[in-house]
Amino acid sequence: MKPAPFDYRRPGSLPEALEALAGEPNAKVLAGGQSLVPLLSMRLAAPAMLVDINGLPGLADITVDASGVRIGALARHADVLASADVRRVQPLVSEALAHVAHATIRNRGTTVGSIVHADAAAEMPVVLSLVGGSVEVASVRGTRTIAADDLYVGPLETSLAHDEIATSAFFPALAPGAGVAFEEIARRHGDYALCGGGAVVDGDSVRVGYVSVADVPTVVDLSGVPLGELGEAALAHLEPADDIHATAAYRAQLVRVLTERVVRAAMAATSSKENPA
Amino acid sequence: MTTKLMGTPVQRVEDQRFLRGLGRYVDDVAAGQDVLHAAVLRSPHAHARILDIDVDEVLDLEGVHAVWTYDDLAGPMAEPLPLLIPHPALSHGRTQYALAKDEVNHVGEAIAFVVADDRYVAEDAVGRIKVSYDFLPAVVGIDNARAATHLVHDDVPGNVGARLEQNVGDAPTAIEKAPHRLELDLTIERSACMPMEGRGTVARWDADINRMQVWTSTQTSTGVRAAVAVKLGLDLGQVDVITPDVGGGFGVKINHPWPEELLVPLAARTLGRTVKFTEDRREHFISSAHERGQVHHVSVGFDDEGRLLGLDVEFWHDHGAYTPYGLIVPIITSTQLLGPYKPQNYRVVFESLYTNTVMVTPYRGAGRPQGCYTMERTMDAIAQYLGKDRTEVRAVNFIQPDEFPYDQGLIFQDGRELEYDSGDYPASLEKIKALIGWDDFPTFRDSMAAAGRKVGIGLACYVEGTGVGPYEGAHVHIETSGKVKVATGLTTQGQGHATVFAQLVADELGVKFEDVEVVTGDTRRMPYAVGTFASRAAVMSGSAIHLAAKRAKEKVLKIAADALEADPKDLQIVDGVVSVKGSPGTSIDLGTVSVLSNPLRYAFDEASKAATQFSVGDPGKPPVPEDEEPGLEGKDFYSPERATFASGMHAAIVETDPLTAEIRILKYAVVHDCGHLINPMIVEGQIHGGVAQGIGGALYERMVYDESGQLLNASFMDFLMPYVTEIPDGIAIDHLETPSPLNPLGIKGAGEAGVIPSAAVFAAAIEDAEGFPITAMPISPSELFELRQTRKDTP
Repeated sequence: MKPAPFDYRRPGSLPEALEALAGEPNAKVLAGGQSLVPLLSMRLAAPAMLVDINGLPGLADITVDASGVRIGALARHADVLASADVRRVQPLVSEALAHVAHATIRNRGTTVGSIVHADAAAEMPVVLSLVGGSVEVASVRGTRTIAADDLYVGPLETSLAHDEIATSAFFPALAPGAGVAFEEIARRHGDYALCGGGAVVDGDSVRVGYVSVADVPTVVDLSGVPLGELGEAALAHLEPADDIHATAAYRAQLVRVLTERVVRAAMAATSSKENPA
Repeated sequence: MTTKLMGTPVQRVEDQRFLRGLGRYVDDVAAGQDVLHAAVLRSPHAHARILDIDVDEVLDLEGVHAVWTYDDLAGPMAEPLPLLIPHPALSHGRTQYALAKDEVNHVGEAIAFVVADDRYVAEDAVGRIKVSYDFLPAVVGIDNARAATHLVHDDVPGNVGARLEQNVGDAPTAIEKAPHRLELDLTIERSACMPMEGRGTVARWDADINRMQVWTSTQTSTGVRAAVAVKLGLDLGQVDVITPDVGGGFGVKINHPWPEELLVPLAARTLGRTVKFTEDRREHFISSAHERGQVHHVSVGFDDEGRLLGLDVEFWHDHGAYTPYGLIVPIITSTQLLGPYKPQNYRVVFESLYTNTVMVTPYRGAGRPQGCYTMERTMDAIAQYLGKDRTEVRAVNFIQPDEFPYDQGLIFQDGRELEYDSGDYPASLEKIKALIGWDDFPTFRDSMAAAGRKVGIGLACYVEGTGVGPYEGAHVHIETSGKVKVATGLTTQGQGHATVFAQLVADELGVKFEDVEVVTGDTRRMPYAVGTFASRAAVMSGSAIHLAAKRAKEKVLKIAADALEADPKDLQIVDGVVSVKGSPGTSIDLGTVSVLSNPLRYAFDEASKAATQFSVGDPGKPPVPEDEEPGLEGKDFYSPERATFASGMHAAIVETDPLTAEIRILKYAVVHDCGHLINPMIVEGQIHGGVAQGIGGALYERMVYDESGQLLNASFMDFLMPYVTEIPDGIAIDHLETPSPLNPLGIKGAGEAGVIPSAAVFAAAIEDAEGFPITAMPISPSELFELRQTRKDTP
């Protein structure tokens, strides 16, 4: 469990990092390393070069204003989770982060890194989709913004070019009066969920994002679906599959149960906002 | 008088080091020094003939020092690894070669061994070895092994390594005549020990003195020493095996020698360099050992009270690709299955089967969890059939306290009669019922049901043969400083031996606990030893240490009596000072006694000046009296006639979620009888750890092989060892102390007990909550959900 040989760069500036990436088609960006390093150690990935961005200035910022939350590429899950401002402006980010792995992993892992790793079993990619967020990416060609809807193109695959670095992710603020909830069921505390769901309820709009029951981060619009039929309606858009931990039928059952739970909880959060106790 | 430490919760002396990160494990040996590192090419296929191994590209790689394949091995190294525990019934025992010869029989089997400057380069080199295979069909799982459409080993018909039958009375006839009969089919899947520290070995060949030094993460340093000597053609006296701190064993490290435990010393001698192998986690999954996988068929006959009249158990044991540890696991299953009960008539027969999977050697509990599961599920089935309380059916079958010693009429794993030495099962049952709230449970169930919640209760009883022979020894040395150095040969893997053994010595010698230092598993200090397994360390080495300390004390009293001109009978030792009872002024400290025990020619400090031949002794007699030896030492061995039988009962209350089928443990209770307790805190720690491992085995862990023999969950991401978050917060424990008559301290083993009844307890509790039979363990929420669906679908 030792990585194959690779070149290692630790640039001191973003342009330098982008140059390095542009010069090596088989380079990978190293941020928190919580997914990449195990892949390297098991030799499931063998990039020619690692561009370690941990030395880049200014990328660890978490900026919150009325429009939403911007999370820099080097902000750790733990820092985002600890931010009261984040929780106030976009509580779904905080609710979901509490389910991301374990404290030790959250201390190193980055939220943006998790988003661009694009694992459909991870929480943050689907949260970005659910709240209609975006990522800011940079390359030697300049910068661009990719909306969450255009980000995930396949399992573990994003629309970022090989030489682009996601420098930040933006989560728009929760609309006034809207409510959110996030819940998941995992075999062990902190494991990837067997099934997870986050809900945003805003007036008549009911949207639920799912973890581990589709190939890519998937959000389903359940507006207008009566309570009690939500899960079944959602399943039409999902593809729960068998694996060694659960059958597809069991995952489908969890979709039914969790959809109902998160929607009800998000609705409750709505009313509690309208009638502060 | 010094307070007696036996029976008190002395804080573990090890914890300061362990909790501060100061433990020193095999990988820490020679760390930072100029050491070579080994990596192993392992078979990616479950069953294949090796046509060719091409290592041409390996030696070109900078930093590679050597590569070995089977063809490079000679003499004893080219022969199969030892079959450690032969048995007449093991008609077709097979062991692997240190490096595969012609054929691989499981994914992970060692094929080539590379030594390089560091592990990175060694792994690069492993990646360059090209092996051509001729693929053979893989035999995976007990059903396929029994079907024997394909064979694991060409010369083992039916894939049957062994068939063993034992009979007490005539079970088939008794069942035939019984008023009630039941049949059950039960399965239990594979798990594994999974110590946090995997295997590892460091070796250094000292050419100046022709001596091999080996550090290895083992449960038997003397066993590895003997194996290295035999395989490398060395005399025992040329080999030292030192066991540093070991980060858990749980059984997997009693199997030996692992290929790397021989290849590392071979490489060290060949290359004249210190060589290190540190196993990684994936290697541990696919190339160490697993356990548990068995399928049982039970026929039982009983009377109206639920009293067993005849019990007939047939089971199939999956032992994987090889059988280095013989039949120990299935023999224990077949004998310890009986637990605290009198079956009247018992027939047990097992087949031990080959599969193209990692081999099976004992894992904490060592076959007992499977036996307990079968017996206790049978008890539950009888109770269900008769509509009786599950505890009543058990009670009518108990061996009674006045029936000890009780001979079950079987032959146990040590080749001796299965004779229980002592116990009080009815008392344990009363305690466990009180602890779990057995009689109050129906009320609790009703109140939970009213809130829409489903709960169930289960219990299971076990008896565990602990402290098997042949022997252990101990050496106690009182230094001239008054400090006491204790050595015993078995190894330690975190159990707290340095604490409990020091307690025994402090009590016997009358020295301060902190003045006693214990060394384990170092063949330089105690070359005669067996190892740490079968919950035997406290019983075996504890007894030996007690006896050795007694001998040292006799010598102390003799020398002190001379020095103080008193009768040894009038002396006492308190806090390291020998004094005449009733006249505390007349005293001598142990350090001075130690000085006096060793008459010297040379004085090199003030203490030794007092011991020169001109200062001490009667000039008319030899300085060292006849039948005495210089030095203040005691050495003794303990070799019991047979095992001593600990026992216990566990009970659990679980809740199953009606929608998600999640299984929550609401309460877990343990009543445990290991005779006299040396250190109750350490015993409880053992129980906590065992229960945690048992919960893992019952609700989380399994080895998921696909049909081609690939292990699909060979990482801690997918092999679900429970975290602390999955273990109930608080395990209720009560002790019963039924002393063993077989050893001087009246103790029984405690190491494995916590894990034995878990599968049985959880199957019973979930069954009770759900109202349908649970016959396969472990069980996950997904499986419970699917079982519910099946029940719904079948009218």
